[in-house]
Amino acid sequence: MRITQGTFSFLPDLSDEQITRQVQYCLDNGWAVNLEHTDDPHPRNTYWEMWGQPMFDVADAAGIMMELAACRKAYGDRYIRLSAFDSSHGWESVKLSFLVNRPRDEPGFRLRRQEGPGRNMRYTTEPYATDKPEGERYGV
Amino acid sequence: MDSATQTVTGKDRYKSGVMQYKQMGYWEPDYEPKDTDLVACFRITPQDGVDPIEAAAAVAGESSTATWTVVWTDRLTAAEKYRAKAYRVDQVPNAEGQYFAYIAYDLDLFEPGSIANLTASIIGNVFGFKPLKGLRLEDMRLPTAYVKTFQGPATGIVVERERLDKFGRPLLGATVKPKLGLSGRNYGRVVYEALKGGLDFTKDDENINSQPFMDWRERFLYCMEAVNKAQAATGEIKGTYLNVTAATMEDMYERAEFAAELGSTIVMIDLVIGWTAMQSMAKWARRNNMILHLHRAGHSTYTRQKSHGVSFRVIAKWARLAGVDHIHAGTVVGKLEGDPATTRGYYDICRNDFTEKRLENGIFFDQPWASLNKMMPVASGGIHAGQMHQLIDLLGEDVVLQFGGGTIGHPMGIAAGATANRVALECMILARNEGRDIVRQGPEILNEAAKSCAPLKAALDTWKDVTFNYTSTDSPDYAVTATAA
Repeated sequence: MRITQGTFSFLPDLSDEQITRQVQYCLDNGWAVNLEHTDDPHPRNTYWEMWGQPMFDVADAAGIMMELAACRKAYGDRYIRLSAFDSSHGWESVKLSFLVNRPRDEPGFRLRRQEGPGRNMRYTTEPYATDKPEGERYGV
Repeated sequence: MDSATQTVTGKDRYKSGVMQYKQMGYWEPDYEPKDTDLVACFRITPQDGVDPIEAAAAVAGESSTATWTVVWTDRLTAAEKYRAKAYRVDQVPNAEGQYFAYIAYDLDLFEPGSIANLTASIIGNVFGFKPLKGLRLEDMRLPTAYVKTFQGPATGIVVERERLDKFGRPLLGATVKPKLGLSGRNYGRVVYEALKGGLDFTKDDENINSQPFMDWRERFLYCMEAVNKAQAATGEIKGTYLNVTAATMEDMYERAEFAAELGSTIVMIDLVIGWTAMQSMAKWARRNNMILHLHRAGHSTYTRQKSHGVSFRVIAKWARLAGVDHIHAGTVVGKLEGDPATTRGYYDICRNDFTEKRLENGIFFDQPWASLNKMMPVASGGIHAGQMHQLIDLLGEDVVLQFGGGTIGHPMGIAAGATANRVALECMILARNEGRDIVRQGPEILNEAAKSCAPLKAALDTWKDVTFNYTSTDSPDYAVTATAA
């Protein structure tokens, strides 16, 4: 399966040139770009591991792309997402967020059902990958 | 127009009998509205022979303290403060016999945090007033002091996006069709296919409540099976607007609580439940971490005709105060009423931190929102993937685009229809961010994306010629005019 989190997951994986243009759009808007990685793609896993601090004072996309290359080198077997943060009053949150790296193989999720009274069901979504400990989930 | 009439003062003001409204203190051309005043702009169409100033004063009087005759008991109150004051009357451009009347109301006339009270005053009695052929509430300026007495949207655009983990693009939805007649089990099938295919939300329609063909519990249980299954199939947060509209508040709370218990992220209500019920549900939604969707069912009965009723921009303002998170606000290009400039005005009211006066969009006043959450506009009704560039250009990215027929009617099936919409959306956002001119290059961008997406190709082929080009009934009265410097 292919997880479809992020703004561009239904398109073919973006090339580095395409990612660069999106990064430049974010920087031109004055947003801080941030890289995060994880090997737990649960849809409610909010806090992915940060690759350093959000890059607040960068003007050129090239600097961000260098960081992305370094992050991929270290965590190429994980999901990496690039997000852009807008600190303006009234927003103060993420403005754009998309995947820039995926593990080679994406096993997907198990849906557990716990039958309750009155046909009421408790659902749990579990990434198959998280059966293994963090760091050993997708292999290299 | 007789604007020279003076207010009668002193002892003469309270002589028993009938006096013109404009002499009783409801016409004060020198009055400057205070920052704390509520200000309303009405379109008035006086009966033949009725002076527009007197008509405006009558509207001010009948929507505040007046009755048809002088009463001495006014003298037991600070009557001058409580009288609404018409202070300006303008001829409507290109509409003979119609006038815009501006009326200021003191803040003390209104109970804090109650739309029911506000509407009982402003649109309570006066719309049936005989000396007028027609009356329309065009816009209102709500002072900061009043705005601050309301909860506002339970969740708001920013937190909704954070909860759903979806940023930088419009959200995608679809209303399940046929809207009536499906069993719970079949209904859930549509939800699952559409969500798995790529939509973020599916939606009950306004009139799906609890009918012989489908009890509400059946719908909720099957829909949540579909939502959870689609969530596991995609790794994305999904939702379906469970309509909790019902006969009584007790029924609505019961349904909403069941939805919360099942883990739904969103519930929905219809405008026809009324303002008090809406405010109750908004408070419930805030307490229960629930997104609250409002379907504006019924609004066209009083918003569409320009001569009489309440403009939708006023309904949108009241809804933002009342505290819903989503509101249907028009598509411009779809099957339902919506002039582009007027619709832009509605969207601004939903989403701005501060809405500026723009007569060309039908916005008569500056409107501060005092950090009230933003409301997500929803575009629904006769839209399809081939219009994606126009939709993003006209409506921006903080909007839910709902493709009901445009998903479920897809020749390759529901999931394919959803995929077509999602691919069209993502390729257009990608292109926009790259700086491409999506309005002109839109069809080309869609065709490029369709090369690697058969469902999008099929959608473009099926609906390529579908447009709804009819003139809108409700359009702005002021054109954009060039100004010197």
